Amino acid sequence: MSIETKDIRFAYGEHEVLRGVSFEAEPGQLVALLGPNGVGKSTLFKCMLGLLKNYSGDTLINGKSVKKMPAADLAKEVAYIPQWHYPSFNFSVIDMVLMGTTSQISRSSVPGREQIETAEQALEKMNILHLRDKGYTQISGGEQQLVLVSRALAQKARILIMDEPSSNLDFGNQFRIMKQIKDLAADGYTVIESLHNPDQAYMYADRLIAMKGGMIVADGKPSETMDADLIEKLYGVEVKVHSLRHDRIRICVPNNLNID
Amino acid sequence: MAKEKKKQLPYGTAVIILLVVLIAVIVVAFMLGRYPITPLELFGILLSRFAAAVTSVMRFFGVRASWTITPFWAERQELVLFSIRMPRVIMAGLVGCSLSAAGAAYQGVFQNPMAAPDILGASSGAAFGAALAILLGLGSKLVTLFAFAFSLITVGLVIFISRHTKGKKVLGIILAGIMVSSLFTSATSFIKLVADPADQLPAITYWLMGSLNGVKKSDLLFAFITMAIGLVPLFILRWRINVLTLGDDEARTIGVNAGRLRLIVIICSTLVTAASVSVSGMIGWVGLVIPHLARRLVGNNYRHLMPATMLLGAAFLLAVDSVSRNLLATEIPIGILTAFIGAPFFIYLITRDGERY
Repeated sequence: MSIETKDIRFAYGEHEVLRGVSFEAEPGQLVALLGPNGVGKSTLFKCMLGLLKNYSGDTLINGKSVKKMPAADLAKEVAYIPQWHYPSFNFSVIDMVLMGTTSQISRSSVPGREQIETAEQALEKMNILHLRDKGYTQISGGEQQLVLVSRALAQKARILIMDEPSSNLDFGNQFRIMKQIKDLAADGYTVIESLHNPDQAYMYADRLIAMKGGMIVADGKPSETMDADLIEKLYGVEVKVHSLRHDRIRICVPNNLNID
Repeated sequence: MAKEKKKQLPYGTAVIILLVVLIAVIVVAFMLGRYPITPLELFGILLSRFAAAVTSVMRFFGVRASWTITPFWAERQELVLFSIRMPRVIMAGLVGCSLSAAGAAYQGVFQNPMAAPDILGASSGAAFGAALAILLGLGSKLVTLFAFAFSLITVGLVIFISRHTKGKKVLGIILAGIMVSSLFTSATSFIKLVADPADQLPAITYWLMGSLNGVKKSDLLFAFITMAIGLVPLFILRWRINVLTLGDDEARTIGVNAGRLRLIVIICSTLVTAASVSVSGMIGWVGLVIPHLARRLVGNNYRHLMPATMLLGAAFLLAVDSVSRNLLATEIPIGILTAFIGAPFFIYLITRDGERY
């Protein structure tokens, strides 16, 4: 399942957000998208997910244009894991995950035994089957994020798009969720996620795409792309990049601690 | 937090309990009134009608049979039961079911537990229509028709306006609803101002209070068909309403065309609300609170919530209507009673120990 964006350009009125974004992601790849706030990462995701359609350029999934796919067909290929937000209603965890199976049943029916099994397998894979009957608002933020990933798995799509999966999580949960996501990529999922923290991107991603001014300014292996120049270019902060553990970890430390 | 999960009945048990309660309320409602009917008489009357029906069916197939039950009840009781009490009982159940289902559906569609059936102006439109018809001196059938038509027109207008709002769709619809609703409310006030204070104004005021008094069999057919057209899709689409509560973007990525589904749910909910309000006047409160009670019983999953809400709403409104016509010598408008009976109970529920909202 490969996903390819072709020269995506999009503007909110006068304001040009995306100015020609092209890349292709393959199965087994964990792609981290880096860039400052407002650079258009979420907009790019919306274009790729068919939530925005009036953009020039195209998104292709196995050669088929997302723009022409009905929502139910697209849901079988691509799943979206949104940024953490408080739900309007407190559903049980299993119901939340079952919602992912909606495109697999007819419009007039409700999920049956088969869908429940699918949902339970997804929970099992994320090691949270014990939360099955808990209320979604009664579990921790990290667990909620895992429930959303389970929902995407129950959807049976092979391409996962995640909007800052580790934001809002505590220190430990950030690493736990990143590890789970890494394992999914190893299983053959295509994972594209936007991240806040370049250190995390370096630690887990197979590939790093950096955006600035609505365009891709760097694309490649983290070890080849992530350096002080890129970080300064993206975030306007002078840093020194420290390498640890034989370069398996890189940490960006600002040069001037009194940033203005 | 004392308990991790709220106590909820298993869905099957909850439905059986609600069904039993509903049937019990129906039986009691049949019995009470100016001409009381004992359970035995009620059973006899119903059985005799059933026997007559069986006999005619058998005759149709050429079987000579006659199965009759000698009446041990007064003829007047039978007349009251079939021409007055039964239409009213059925109507109360239908209106309760409709308003509650519409409330639950709107709450899901607007991702807002405070939504009620009048959120898009269905009630204020109906009120305006009814007031206008009364002002024009039209008969009761036309009052109903005007109320129904203006209810639909109001919501249609809201949806039309919301098509042109910028930004978040749900917010656009709700804001358009509030504005259009307030326009119709002031138009109704204006009609009250110019209406004849001797007879028209009291008629309008009484209509606005909401009452199931004087429901006729002809109203029943109209209400039943309209409500069925709305309630059946709401029941069938109940699982998908869950997905809508996640918001448009998430719903779409899960494979649900949020805009289209929301429109269908809004149309169905509006249809049943319009039908309810046009035959019974303004009965507030039910559509907001019954879904919440049902959420307490079976949880937020619309797969279970929708049927539970429908049953509970029917039983509740029927019970309140029975009180409204039997408590005092003159009937108390049901719109007044729903809040008097329901609100204290609801306050008790939300303040009870160990509950969290």
